[in-house]
Amino acid sequence: MDVLWAERGPLTAREVGRLIADRDLAPTTVMTVLDRLTRKGFLTRVRDGRAWRYEPAASRDAYIAELMLEALDMTGDRSAALTRFAQAVSGTEAEVLRKALTELEEE
Amino acid sequence: MIAAVALAALAAVSALAAWRLTSVRWTWRAPRAAIALWQALGLTWGLASVGALLAYALEPWGRGVIHGLVYLVTHWREPSGLQRVGALAAGLALLTVLMAVVVVAMAQTTQARRRHRLLLSLVARDEPAVPGVRVVDHPGAAAYCVPGLKSQVVISEGTLSLLSRDELAAVLAHEDAHARERHDLVLLPFAALRWVLPWSKVVRDAHASVALLVEMAADDHARLRVPPKRLATALLRFGTAGAYATPHGALGMGADNVMARVNRLVKPGPAMRRRYRYGIVAGAALLTASAPLLWFLPQ
Repeated sequence: MDVLWAERGPLTAREVGRLIADRDLAPTTVMTVLDRLTRKGFLTRVRDGRAWRYEPAASRDAYIAELMLEALDMTGDRSAALTRFAQAVSGTEAEVLRKALTELEEE
Repeated sequence: MIAAVALAALAAVSALAAWRLTSVRWTWRAPRAAIALWQALGLTWGLASVGALLAYALEPWGRGVIHGLVYLVTHWREPSGLQRVGALAAGLALLTVLMAVVVVAMAQTTQARRRHRLLLSLVARDEPAVPGVRVVDHPGAAAYCVPGLKSQVVISEGTLSLLSRDELAAVLAHEDAHARERHDLVLLPFAALRWVLPWSKVVRDAHASVALLVEMAADDHARLRVPPKRLATALLRFGTAGAYATPHGALGMGADNVMARVNRLVKPGPAMRRRYRYGIVAGAALLTASAPLLWFLPQ
């Protein structure tokens, strides 16, 4: 995925394999992974002669944003999917906490 | 008639106790015992409500709820009288709805987690400074656990820069408690009930109370391993991180909850006596057993 995000244009499986050649992967392994990611909707692909060219369906930042939306419980569905440490509060509420923090640190 | 009346009374008592329990504070002194009590109340309320309706519907046969239902299915005889047929339908419908809600909530949660894990595997990285924890490159402050058979603790880049080393250790100890004690499973039925009855204040408050108790239980777990003060400052730093304004209407008691947890950590009151804690747990166990037993009562 990182390889594809780093490149501008769509890549074939062979090109992807070459870019991560240091990990010594078999071409079929790369193809299988790309195929699976495509089926799950993370990649899109177009025919290019006899090969497929793969491209990320969304940017890395978009996925990070999706993760963080859930992490901060901002999707609004209040599901029990994740257990979070604490949530940020806003405005005057945050002021109360800021004061408490200063007091604690001075102790 | 005794079974139907007793079950109806039990349902009413459970609902009333749950309503009272949303506004008391002694639960904070023994979060784990209080969580057990909450679970017992929820389960008993459901079983007693369904049981009361069914007991009334099946009463003429004098077999109790369980054997009455078996008799109904094996002999395919419906109870006489419109009221009893109505009670039977209502009881079965309630049972189906309650079970379906939990099953659907479980399925949705599992799916949301699967997607979340998949995304993590694509964009999260390992950080040598915090082994075993996945790090997401984002400036916002987030620390959470994706529960499951193999629970995963995740923090954001923002958290790494926000907290000191000791505070981070405190946060991780807190998340570790969530992962170990599967607090998500405790919360699931309450979250599910809230999802079907969004307008009910008692259900909303019950979910919020249990959610807070779960956090306090995790805080208690963490304070045995790290200095409580570090956990408290971590909490306050998180609360004031303010990378995002809270979405409209999503949070009500944010600051109150954080302060309640901080005060518990900084100025812990006298611990609840063991005798009382055991008393609460025993009461919860007794309550849980009462409704199923009444389902067998023949009269």
